[in-house]
Amino acid sequence: MSTAIASTGFSQEAFDVFLAARDEPAWLVDMRRAAWRRFQELPMPSVRDEEWMRTDIRLFKFDRFGLPDLSSPASSHYVGSPLLSAGVNLGGHAVTLDGQTIAAELSTKWTEQGVVYGSLDALVKEYGERLRPYFERRVVDPFKDKFSALHAATWCGGTLLYVPKKVRVDEPLHALSALSSSGVDLGKTLVILDEGAEATMLSETASTSADGGGLHCGSIELIVEQGARLRYVNLQNWGHEVWHFAHQKAHVGREGRLQWTIGALGSRLAKVNQHVALTGPDAEVQVNGVMFTEGRQHLSYNTHQHHEAPYCKSDLLYKAALQDRSRTVWRGMIKVDRDAQRTDAYQRNDNLMLSRDARADSIPGLEIEADDVRCTHGSTSGRVDDQQLFYAMTRGYTRREAVRMIVAGFFQQVFDRITIESVRDALGEAIGRRVSDIKEFATP
Amino acid sequence: MTETLKIKNLHVAVGGKPILTGVTMTIRRGEVHALMGPNGSGKSTLAGVIMGHPNYEVTEGTIELNGKDILEWDATERARAGIFMAFQRPMAIPGVKMADFLRHATTNVRKPDRKEGEQLIPMREFRKELRDKMTQLRMDEEFARRYVNDGFSGGEMKRAEILQMAMLRPKFAILDETDSGLDVDAVKLASQSIAEIGGADMGILIITHHDRLLEHNTPDFTHVMLGGRIVETGGVDLARELYTEGYDKVRQRHPEDAAVEKEMAAEKKFVSGVA
Ligand SMILES: Nc1ncnc2c1ncn2[C@@H]1O[C@H](COP(=O)(O)OP(=O)(O)O)[C@@H](O)[C@H]1O
Ligand SMILES: [Mg+2]
Repeated sequence: MSTAIASTGFSQEAFDVFLAARDEPAWLVDMRRAAWRRFQELPMPSVRDEEWMRTDIRLFKFDRFGLPDLSSPASSHYVGSPLLSAGVNLGGHAVTLDGQTIAAELSTKWTEQGVVYGSLDALVKEYGERLRPYFERRVVDPFKDKFSALHAATWCGGTLLYVPKKVRVDEPLHALSALSSSGVDLGKTLVILDEGAEATMLSETASTSADGGGLHCGSIELIVEQGARLRYVNLQNWGHEVWHFAHQKAHVGREGRLQWTIGALGSRLAKVNQHVALTGPDAEVQVNGVMFTEGRQHLSYNTHQHHEAPYCKSDLLYKAALQDRSRTVWRGMIKVDRDAQRTDAYQRNDNLMLSRDARADSIPGLEIEADDVRCTHGSTSGRVDDQQLFYAMTRGYTRREAVRMIVAGFFQQVFDRITIESVRDALGEAIGRRVSDIKEFATP
Repeated sequence: MTETLKIKNLHVAVGGKPILTGVTMTIRRGEVHALMGPNGSGKSTLAGVIMGHPNYEVTEGTIELNGKDILEWDATERARAGIFMAFQRPMAIPGVKMADFLRHATTNVRKPDRKEGEQLIPMREFRKELRDKMTQLRMDEEFARRYVNDGFSGGEMKRAEILQMAMLRPKFAILDETDSGLDVDAVKLASQSIAEIGGADMGILIITHHDRLLEHNTPDFTHVMLGGRIVETGGVDLARELYTEGYDKVRQRHPEDAAVEKEMAAEKKFVSGVA
């Protein structure tokens, strides 16, 4: 297994070597350099920042990690066992290991129609000028914080999906990002659906060993142009010692549709900003989130539904089940600009506590400048209900079976919203494995 | 030998507060018992404690199934031993389909020694049986795909309870106000179905205020509960008296228990006033 990490960490010297080895268009190099300066200027986030108040990263040290050594290409024949693609007829797939693309394929059926899929690193060299405007949109703000800046400067092992106007890709595209123990993943995913295009992308992460550590500092940018339809799934399934810092954002244009489903099972600590911006009238976004934590995992999600245009709809449902001493934080914001009249926005977060020592913070927020809107939010946190348990037990269920069933049912309500059967099954399976691991259940 | 469920001098408290104060009753398989009594007299408490609800503390007395003390058994064990209760207020389990819930339940009850993860009743066999039972109960097929009691009307919940009883085929069944929430025709159907399911096979304890559920299930015994005790046991005539004339005469015949009833009601008011 190649670990391919330069020992110099994220130093200036390492960055210069990294840049020199990449041979990229000048505009991109400039972008990287600007972000690098920003990375160096910005302080580490601290618990005094509102966004980081509940997420303590004092134990995280940049100098334990470093840039991948591009001079020794990852030679691994790692295949892993992806969850999301099992039994699915894929239109294409891509695999990265420790931030380097090790496989990328798109069936000719789609290449013939102008679809582009594969390594962003390679494709940005080939299609630089065509991709430049999308980079320059800065869907994810590179200067947002130290992690977004580092990522913008050093991203590598990225994945690109581009679907031209009106092309409907009816076979899902799959991407797997793998991390070897104490590896570094700086992956960037860029999805562009031009006007009227349609596609489904399934991406997932995995560690080569379940208890392997490492760092992911990444981004996802989804651009859904007018009338386009994207279904995007990302399943974060890193090993339980991985630090996961991610900025993820979608732009959905006029009459565009986005169904974005995230699953979060892995990592030691995850700090994710998941934003959707509805940029044109009549855009619709559905966000589904499923989290299952255990041990001392800490998953922190900042979601943002930004209504910039009128007549748009956004609907977010996050559900988390927490075991042991794990912790989740959800901060949700619905922001409605002054011009975004007739907005219909919803956000909800439900947490199911499976142990006394778990903790879920749920902080919904509204910031509304338009006056003709419908915005609602809700959140619940609770334990498995004793009366439900008793009811199931009177039907012959053991206590543990009853707990598992109730937890499965809790998540089923999210799965019901997911229109892709294979994804529903795969997530159900992944969650099911966790559910069947529920060993003890604290009696209240 | 007839199988029996025997309750002897049962005293039950909730949170330290005595609710049942010496209940004795023996149900044999094949018998129908009616349990009547004003609201708050302790009928549901008796049902819950027979089923093994963990909140009820038995302070004195015994519950025996075929001579075996079952007080230490949890609800799972009691269910697998053939005791069933149709809840007065069934619980919803969102996200769990009725059919899946019942397939698991049916397997567990029919194979009491089943360990978790072991095989369930084959899908086809189960589906067929479920469909037959649902047809018998005139339930829409769609019912099986709905989440357990989630968004059910009162009547739908009660019918779902009967369906569960039909699938689990218990030896002893307690029906706690299974007629409430059902319209006249539905109660008739329920009464008929219970008789068909039970036949001579089941020992049934029917908790009710009305006569309709008893129409096809003529009680061999009628018990009246007042203030946490069974104050009278009679035949079908007693049931008739109670649902036509109410409980005033019973109260007159048992002034001490009526006083306890009053006290319990006052305490309840006090407790809920505090909460
Ligand atoms: N879980 C409980 N906690 C406190 N009091 C209870 C509880 N369950 C029942 N009781 C009390 O016990 C008494 C009997 O209630 P219940 O058994 O429901 O009566 P019935 O079914 O005859 O209407 C009532 O005074 C009720 O308030
Ligand atoms: Mg009652």
